[in-house]
Amino acid sequence: MKWSEFFSMGGYAFYVWGSYVVALVAMGGEVLFLLRRKKILAARLAQHSIEGEKYEDKA
Amino acid sequence: MANRRINWYKYSSPATFYPLAGKLIPWFGIPAVILFVVGLYVGFFVAPTDAQQGDAYRIIFIHVPAAWMGMFLYVLMAGYAGIGWAFNARLASMMATSLSVTGAMFTFLSLVTGSFWGKPTWGAWWVWDARMTSTLILMFLYIGFISLQSAIDETRRADRAGAVLALVGVINIPIIYFSVQWWNTLHQGATIRLLAKPTMEPPMVAAMLIMLAACWLYSVAVVLMRVRCIILEREQDAAWLPEVLERGGAATFSGVESI
Repeated sequence: MKWSEFFSMGGYAFYVWGSYVVALVAMGGEVLFLLRRKKILAARLAQHSIEGEKYEDKA
Repeated sequence: MANRRINWYKYSSPATFYPLAGKLIPWFGIPAVILFVVGLYVGFFVAPTDAQQGDAYRIIFIHVPAAWMGMFLYVLMAGYAGIGWAFNARLASMMATSLSVTGAMFTFLSLVTGSFWGKPTWGAWWVWDARMTSTLILMFLYIGFISLQSAIDETRRADRAGAVLALVGVINIPIIYFSVQWWNTLHQGATIRLLAKPTMEPPMVAAMLIMLAACWLYSVAVVLMRVRCIILEREQDAAWLPEVLERGGAATFSGVESI
């Protein structure tokens, strides 16, 4: 089987590859979004704990 | 002897579950990636071209698992929401919230890939057929659950309101499942039945089941990642949090070094 033949999917290339591209974007996007959310949260919490210590020093 | 029994209640506390979830993520995420690769290989290189639908049928390997996950995750979400409501269990409610997003993602995926399949085989992107309409309702139930929860500021009240909606919406799941039998639909009948011999070639069935397993593993990994974020957001002021963060828990998602 030739690669060009494989990619043409018997004339259904747009539909078949379209489906898998959407799936990749949706699932990959979910993972990337979660990694970013976690990173932002971690940074914010770290900031919080530093501020908390400063506050304790003053008190 | 009695002291050696595992205390399962321990794991219903966010403080114990947070590090445990972190350790579990790679054990589900890495096999998920491997099974996606294997499933797609079998689906595209081993499974033969369909006699009636040509190569367009290969959408099945993502469409059917996505549709199943949309339904499974809904039931799971309603179950967790119900437990969180009935037993006042915070962590169960957080799990329900976490599941809702991944369930919505898979339902969206099943609708989109279904359209991509419908256009070449039926000649239309969308038809108001019983299965498609009931799946669209499932999508609206997920969206309703997510927006209802985010509209209520007080988290425990949001959890309870969401639980009512989720539990009432469970009625839609058997409707989706049996829609192809109850009504005369354009959508084809069940691909796999428990007690009947599959009508597809064995490699086609194998590819679909491998992709389904991959989607399950993926869901567990992603839901655990999200529930950890939800725990951090909701328990910001809890006494246990700084302790866990000090050990590097928040810095990374990967399991071995993060606690």
